[in-house]
Amino acid sequence: MTDMTDERSADDVGPGFLDAADHGVRQGIQGYVIGLALAVLLTVASFYAVNTTLIWGPGIPVALVTLAVAQIGVHLVFFLHITTAPDNTNNVLALAFGVLIVALVIGGSIWIMDHLNERMVPMDQMMNMQR
Amino acid sequence: MSATDTFTLTPGRHTDPYRVGHDHDAGRNLARGHGEGGPASKRVIVGYGFWIFLLSDIVMFSAFFAAHAVLQTATADGPHGRELFNPTSIAIQTAVLLLSSFTCGMSAVATEARSQLWTQLSLLITGILGLVFLLLEGRDFATMVSAGAPPQRSAFLSSFFAVVGCHGLHVTAGLLWLGTMMAQVFVKGFRLNILRRLICFNLFWHTLDIIWVALFTIVYLIGLGR
Repeated sequence: MTDMTDERSADDVGPGFLDAADHGVRQGIQGYVIGLALAVLLTVASFYAVNTTLIWGPGIPVALVTLAVAQIGVHLVFFLHITTAPDNTNNVLALAFGVLIVALVIGGSIWIMDHLNERMVPMDQMMNMQR
Repeated sequence: MSATDTFTLTPGRHTDPYRVGHDHDAGRNLARGHGEGGPASKRVIVGYGFWIFLLSDIVMFSAFFAAHAVLQTATADGPHGRELFNPTSIAIQTAVLLLSSFTCGMSAVATEARSQLWTQLSLLITGILGLVFLLLEGRDFATMVSAGAPPQRSAFLSSFFAVVGCHGLHVTAGLLWLGTMMAQVFVKGFRLNILRRLICFNLFWHTLDIIWVALFTIVYLIGLGR
């Protein structure tokens, strides 16, 4: 625990660590190259999907969000090294809590504001009510 | 010999709750501190703590994203995203930031191999790419403002500049941190505390790219469709 030793066994992993299994430079680079290739693929797919006629128009935002979630997953695994390895349990649990809060904030806001817009009294009627 | 001794002091299989799944190693690791298995190494704790900070940063961004998602159509008869956004510039910014994330990963590999030259080189390329990203973003902002779409024009534009600008500020802070780390690695070498800072910087930079993925999808690409 002291600053001087900071010893850790070979299979101690945490966020940002190169995966414990690969120690070589080659394996390290390989992991990032795979991550980059997948990320590029998903990014290109996203930019392509904007103007595509391959899928039903109103479904495009859903496709874009799906691609983004996939790419965020790729970044988490290959760049931040948040994996499901046994030693990574704490990090994954923290991530799960973060995702819960983000989903509540974004999903909840959109849900509530949509309903508010639907039930809002139209502006001209509102003016009459104030008189 | 009491019953508890056999459970706590025998470094055998399945006695250490912190080393689940690493049985082959169990015999070597006696308790270093208090409790079974002892505390984790400082490196693990620092990484975990910084990860918690990054998640809280992402939660903060989620509020900006929620505001933008709600206000995306509130243009007050002003310009829409469709008329303002420049898809080519956004694609270049995305490519540049993704590449900088990759070169940042390369710096982590170089650091793991304790190569001063390659660490510095990877960090330098990361920094240049980050700077290019910021310049392109600044140019886009300037174009929008001069085209009659400053933040005060509509709720949509306020939320747009807030969420994209907040990400840009993070990149700026990241660049300052990057410069500091290059200097520290150069002067102090790969000391343990410097290594921990490099881990945190790597996490920070990769997280910026994760936020950008959400950003170019929700703000730009979905905004282009509206």
